[in-house]
Amino acid sequence: MAQPSSTPSVVPGRARLLAAFRRFADGDVMHDFLHSPVALGAALVALGCLVVACFAGTFAPHDPFDLATLDLDNARLPPAWQAGGSGHFPIGTDAQGRDLLSAIMFGTRISLVVGVGSVVLSLLIGVGAGLVSGFVGGRLDAFIMRVCDVMLSFPAILIALLVDGVGHVLFPDATGATPFLVLILAISLTGWVQYARTVRGLTLVEREREYVQAARVTGVGPLRIMGSHVLPNVLGPVMVLATIQVGQSIVVEATLSYLGVGVPPTSPSLGTLIRLGNAYLFSGEWWIAVFPGCMLIAIALSVNLLGDWLRDALNPRLR
Amino acid sequence: MTPRRLAILLGLAISFGTSPAATLHVAQAGDATSMDPHSLNETMQLGFLGNIYEPLVARDKTLALTPGLATTWRRISPTVWRFSLRKGVTFHDGSPFGSDDVVFSFKRAMGDGSDMKPFTSGIKEVRKVDDLTVEIETAEPYPILPDVLSEVYMMSHKWCEANKAERPVDKRKGIENAASFKADGTGPYRLKERQPGSRTVLVRNAQWWGKAEGNVDEVVFTPIASDPTRVAALLSGEVDVIEPVPLQDIDKIKADPALKVMQGPELRTIFIGMDQKRDELKGSNVKGRNPFKDRRVRLALYEAIDIEAIRTKIMRGAATPTALPLAPGVNGFAANLNKRAPYDVEGAKKLLAEAGYPNGFEVPMNCPNDRYVNDEQICQALAANWARIGVKIDLQLESKSIYFPKVLRRDTSLYLLGWTPATYDAHNVLLSLLQTPSATTGTFNLGSYSNPKVDELIGRIQSEVDPDQRLRLIHEALKLQQDDVAMLPLHQQALAWGMKRGVTLVQPADDTMPYKWINLK
Repeated sequence: MAQPSSTPSVVPGRARLLAAFRRFADGDVMHDFLHSPVALGAALVALGCLVVACFAGTFAPHDPFDLATLDLDNARLPPAWQAGGSGHFPIGTDAQGRDLLSAIMFGTRISLVVGVGSVVLSLLIGVGAGLVSGFVGGRLDAFIMRVCDVMLSFPAILIALLVDGVGHVLFPDATGATPFLVLILAISLTGWVQYARTVRGLTLVEREREYVQAARVTGVGPLRIMGSHVLPNVLGPVMVLATIQVGQSIVVEATLSYLGVGVPPTSPSLGTLIRLGNAYLFSGEWWIAVFPGCMLIAIALSVNLLGDWLRDALNPRLR
Repeated sequence: MTPRRLAILLGLAISFGTSPAATLHVAQAGDATSMDPHSLNETMQLGFLGNIYEPLVARDKTLALTPGLATTWRRISPTVWRFSLRKGVTFHDGSPFGSDDVVFSFKRAMGDGSDMKPFTSGIKEVRKVDDLTVEIETAEPYPILPDVLSEVYMMSHKWCEANKAERPVDKRKGIENAASFKADGTGPYRLKERQPGSRTVLVRNAQWWGKAEGNVDEVVFTPIASDPTRVAALLSGEVDVIEPVPLQDIDKIKADPALKVMQGPELRTIFIGMDQKRDELKGSNVKGRNPFKDRRVRLALYEAIDIEAIRTKIMRGAATPTALPLAPGVNGFAANLNKRAPYDVEGAKKLLAEAGYPNGFEVPMNCPNDRYVNDEQICQALAANWARIGVKIDLQLESKSIYFPKVLRRDTSLYLLGWTPATYDAHNVLLSLLQTPSATTGTFNLGSYSNPKVDELIGRIQSEVDPDQRLRLIHEALKLQQDDVAMLPLHQQALAWGMKRGVTLVQPADDTMPYKWINLK
């Protein structure tokens, strides 16, 4: 590759990035992606959800969190195409007169933030614990793995409920971001185990490889070996896991909110919207529960399909 | 979670299916908090326990006084009442009922840990005359004494001693004792099985002294907090009676040929209370002062409430907006005072600005989500109403098992509560909700509103014998608290019970469900 002399510090970086991107775009994975209609469709839906969530403030016709704009006179309006519906509220309103479309957009944002946030947190905990466990071995390994076993012996939703309950007791009058942080913590505490176990298994294999031995012999410290040499080689499967777990975390968040222990109803996530709408299914006001439910399915399904595809694409044996 | 929920319902259905014939399955939104009849002064709990325990003076189907465990009572001096007890009554454990039990029960209801003090506060002493006669002496003339006794249930002295439950335990401190889970009353039903929060079974007491009008031998009580799940239980035939029917589902149940809905007025008034004692509100962004101490702020919140929208949209018309803390059916109701402050958002903003909060303030609000009709939604609507004048509400919606202990500790700045005067008299409302809190008064005055003039009037109302003069005093006290904006009254909700067509029952306006009057076909 040519080395331009004028700005040596920036351009090589950019060139390297470009080259990396080209390698990726020309590579097997990208080729596979472009020729898989399921993956393409799932990616499009997921991207759509992401855009909706990121720009909810711009796209949404109303601000559902601004309680001052809610008007009970608009409560439980049906979708616009039904008799009694209003063009202001394309897919109807909930029991408080909240525009359902806006509520779903903002709810998607909350669901995604909690989902991605908890995956990132469990990724950090899990990968860290797995690396240390597999690389150091011995008693520490045994201890970490027993903790994992204990965590796995409880259903994930139960642990999340417990942590959430403890969080509510510790911060009884929590306001602002605290309930969300508690929720993220509650979900990640159940999610990290899978990463830890996967990473440990891979690390056990990698640590006996020659490049690790070589690094050891040349006097590289154990932390550096873990971070710079072992970690990049175990990341592939972790990425697959993480993608699938985003979908799972969103569903767990929805479940917790559906059970009434998640986010407060004044700033509803998708699960809260479904819970609130559930009360009106018998009385025929179906849209309050059904539309947030569809959105939840769209997110969870698209992310899961992407994860599945990624797993197949990265695993040559399955191709 | 839906499959799990279905599995639970299926499980319930199977266990219900194997029960004997004259079994009544009842589902209500909440559970009785404890089986101790003196531990919590709450309609649901006292109403449920009224099937197991009995008072000296009972209420009939129209809520008029009728002999209970006492057959006759009369005043033998201005402050002394004599009660003759019913002969041959036994407790569920077989031991006889007598005046020792009465003396003990009153001591228990008046002592530490009891929540029944609003009913016993006027009593000075309860004396045994002979085995079947007691005298109750009041500190001052107390013309409505028999009325306040209908919620004071009689317990067995021996049983309480044997079970180390001589004192009611204070729910507010989270303590429980044997009487919280077991029961030994004299009533038409005895407690067979108690699983707090999931299942309580009562069976008919064959030794009951009264005449059985109903045909229910066994009652299986299941609290189902979720509205749609409770309705589903009735629609699928798993339960015979549900209470309440969610307002949105009344038409659906009415349309079902196998089911019916019984609606009626309820004496309960729903209102908002505000902490008017602390120097700084808990959880508020206003530091160093308490906005609710300022009448203008309280009035501003009042004027910002769009009660008509709450009535039509949230209560679907099944509520009567009120300006008073008591319903028209309660003695002492003042029609001329029943005028709400106008709904006036601009006026409310002006009031807040005058009080020094032009941009409003933040405050947390406690609200039960399984106690009153659409309580959660009312609170959300109020939060939206108040957001318009800049008062930002941090809504804390909780199940009543968490909500009640918390607000009873006065661990709240702003709360939604409902009140039915168990004596059907304004005195109980004033004493419980508006008198300055002390050991025996203001037990549900959770915001500690205090006006010495109101306190003085309440004392005079208690001992006033002349009904006209008494009514005048009640109206004077009601006017004073209204001028103070001591609370923000909302409405009286309506009763709505759903049941199978073959069920006949009595629906008293106090929202209790006496099983002894229920017939199943």
